Amino acid sequence: MARHSFDIAVLGGGPGGYVAAIRAAQLGMKACVVEREHLGGICLNWGCIPTKALLRTSEINHLLGNLDGFGFSAETVAFDLDKIVRRSRDVAGRLSAGVGHLLRKNKVAVIEGHGRLQGPGKVSVGRDGVPAEEIDAPHIVLATGARARTLPGIEPDGKHIWTYREAMVPPSMPSSLLVIGSGAIGIEFASFYRDMGADVTVVEVLDRILPVEDEEISSIARKTFEKQGMEILTGAAVTTLESLGDGIRASVESGQETREIEAEKAILAVGIAGNVEDIGLEETAVEVERGHVVVNSWNETAETGVHAIGDLVGPPWLAHKASHEGVICVERIAGIETHPLDVSNIPGCTYCRPQIASTGLTEAAAKEAGHEVRIGRFPFLANGKAIALGDDEGMVKTVFDATTGALLGAHMIGAEVTELIQGFAIARTLETTEAELMNTVFPHPTLSETMHESVLDAYGRALHF
Amino acid sequence: MPINILMPALSPTMTEGNLAKWLKSEGDPVEAGDVIAEIETDKATMEVEAVDEGVLGRIVVPEGSEGVAVNAVIGVLLAEGEDAGAIENAPAPVERPEPEPEPEAPQGAEKVAEATPAPSRSGERIAASPLARRMAAQAGLDLSAIDGSGPKGRIVKADIEAVLAGDAEAPSSTPVGLSPIAPAAAPAAEDRTVRLSTMRRVIAQRMTESKATVPHFYLTVDCEADELLRVRREINNRIEQARVSVNDIVIRACALALREVPAANVSWAGEGTMTQHGSVDISVAVAIPGGLVTPIVRNADTKGLVQIAAEMKELAARAKEGKLLPEEYQGGSFSISNLGMYGVKSFDAVLNPPQACILAVGAAEPRPVVRDGEIVPATVMSCTLSVDHRVVDGAIGAELLGAIKRNVEYPPAMLA
Repeated sequence: MARHSFDIAVLGGGPGGYVAAIRAAQLGMKACVVEREHLGGICLNWGCIPTKALLRTSEINHLLGNLDGFGFSAETVAFDLDKIVRRSRDVAGRLSAGVGHLLRKNKVAVIEGHGRLQGPGKVSVGRDGVPAEEIDAPHIVLATGARARTLPGIEPDGKHIWTYREAMVPPSMPSSLLVIGSGAIGIEFASFYRDMGADVTVVEVLDRILPVEDEEISSIARKTFEKQGMEILTGAAVTTLESLGDGIRASVESGQETREIEAEKAILAVGIAGNVEDIGLEETAVEVERGHVVVNSWNETAETGVHAIGDLVGPPWLAHKASHEGVICVERIAGIETHPLDVSNIPGCTYCRPQIASTGLTEAAAKEAGHEVRIGRFPFLANGKAIALGDDEGMVKTVFDATTGALLGAHMIGAEVTELIQGFAIARTLETTEAELMNTVFPHPTLSETMHESVLDAYGRALHF
Repeated sequence: MPINILMPALSPTMTEGNLAKWLKSEGDPVEAGDVIAEIETDKATMEVEAVDEGVLGRIVVPEGSEGVAVNAVIGVLLAEGEDAGAIENAPAPVERPEPEPEPEAPQGAEKVAEATPAPSRSGERIAASPLARRMAAQAGLDLSAIDGSGPKGRIVKADIEAVLAGDAEAPSSTPVGLSPIAPAAAPAAEDRTVRLSTMRRVIAQRMTESKATVPHFYLTVDCEADELLRVRREINNRIEQARVSVNDIVIRACALALREVPAANVSWAGEGTMTQHGSVDISVAVAIPGGLVTPIVRNADTKGLVQIAAEMKELAARAKEGKLLPEEYQGGSFSISNLGMYGVKSFDAVLNPPQACILAVGAAEPRPVVRDGEIVPATVMSCTLSVDHRVVDGAIGAELLGAIKRNVEYPPAMLA
């Protein structure tokens, strides 16, 4: 059996693991990544990236449905679902190959197979269930990610009851769809399938959709989706879900009322669970709580030399959070100056139509934390660029501390807001106050002007509304 | 004579500030050290302490005034027995020149009301986030006293919050000068964080800079001091009111040696230059509560021992009261630090930038010496010269130290 020595071994080649390995190599460490399936992980192969390709398609479909408004007329517009899915897979494939290239360029060894801790400093790699290689490394980073969570009695069958994975490669376009869960994943699929023409029903157990977002944003999103023709049930729980011959039937309980819903497909999007099994944690002192590995602010586990990052250690389940943790974790190992991740500064993005993006505290969370707040709002319908694009739904909401002028949070819904949120993320990282944001010249005409105006509005100075 | 109270500069870059508040009214008696007013800049609020005692005769700049120029007269202090009429007769206030951003001299006790800039070179910008700056200003915290935990030591919100939460001792923006804030009943046995006084910080910064950036070398000689001690006794016995100390004689010995070896009477001036001093001005380190200052005996080579002794006595007394004027401790061409009175045998002093030489004087104590092949007792005083090698080489340093040794061992040389 082949035996290798590395300074650092990373289990999992997703956005947490491969980034950690590259950073380690940059810092002069001999690094390897152990990956059982695809470099790039879920994000790149079955998550962020292929869904963005699909959502581009549904956005185009939406525009095609409104050609007249832009002065076009077209006789017949049709799509080929196979081609749409193939494009999405090609995009993922191209990026996965790109990750392989990045790792080679940085001289990170890629070891294919299933990695498993064999006590501190040792990893065994199995292929097809057979032990194939052994790795010695004083530092081990667990980055094995997570998978879709299932509910008791409501389990995916891969046929009519899907997880994100099947939803990404539909064999045919369902005419009707039940989406269970209204977090980012559920809402993105709801938006894709609705814009592709399916009848979509979203069921959320909490009292509003996108529950981590600011309440106002949730409310605008709901109204917008309903206007698009989605049915949205909040405070509603799916109690049974059956796969029938040609579709599904679900019982949805809402207060005293129980409703039967039939649809061609159902997507289960009720959160994710860490991949903590079968990676040898029992050989170590590593602690697991509620499906996630317990770490400190430097991503160190209870076992010396064993670190864990990304979805494996808990929410927010975001690729950019995993990557950042990977970098910080490795820099800490290398002993260079670094700072723990400030979870409140991780932007969240949902690529539905209209897009939703946020960073920092919601208004309610800010008040709960004891802040006296100043709130700014600015609607896209007062923004020149948004009107010119024909996409003037949504708004930008900013939350400031009334005393210090600290930007506590920013919440956006509207065209391309996922591209805009970084401005507020930088502002928060640099700890600017409203003064610096007001003094910044935002280019005209851009969607970003809504950000400036929202800040101005928080201080009663909005110029264009 | 009425004393003008001037708008202080709270930092080397400050050109104007706001007079936030008067804490004394016209007619109030004022003790030296009393806080008489509060000054605000964009960065902080600071208190103005009275340097002299008397009665606040007139408030020239009312509270709430904005944009008051540094060194403008903000009030007038009357000495005891003077009445307000004296103010009218007082000479017109002289505009002081803008303080040098890089005062030549050293460890001065910062006298806020003397319109002196912090005698440090830390004019560089403090790295702090806009939010941290605003929170510090709102809480009246001095950013320069807060350690930053952000990238490259940047002060961030969390650092201000830590101070406000009491995790770190709150550094108020008030210069605490010589009396640190009394900690609130700290348990005697526990470690605690003590905020450094402004003077302490200046000393720390200057000494660190000196030791880290100036290439020091050291020369040591033993001086037999029996003759010096005899001469001192004679002078003090024979000249009425003379109270000459050993150190006074060392001052004169150094001053005359510097006149003899002018190549050592220099200062580093940066950018490929040095200052060749035209006069011999000796800075003498004086320990004061919380630190030290270096009052200067100007033109020491032209002054007799009795005069040097009288000047030193007066300067040291005022130094201990914290009443030196900036020009009395800023500048100087050579320094002396004497720890002989503590029984120290010898030590190496850290240079007092930008000066090129400092003499560390040990105790004059009986030691065996070899004279004409015999071991005999003698009073010996070890002196170590620290030298900035950038501008003074070993041979020049040795020449200077040789001249000092000769003057100390054979005081009549100082008559020549």
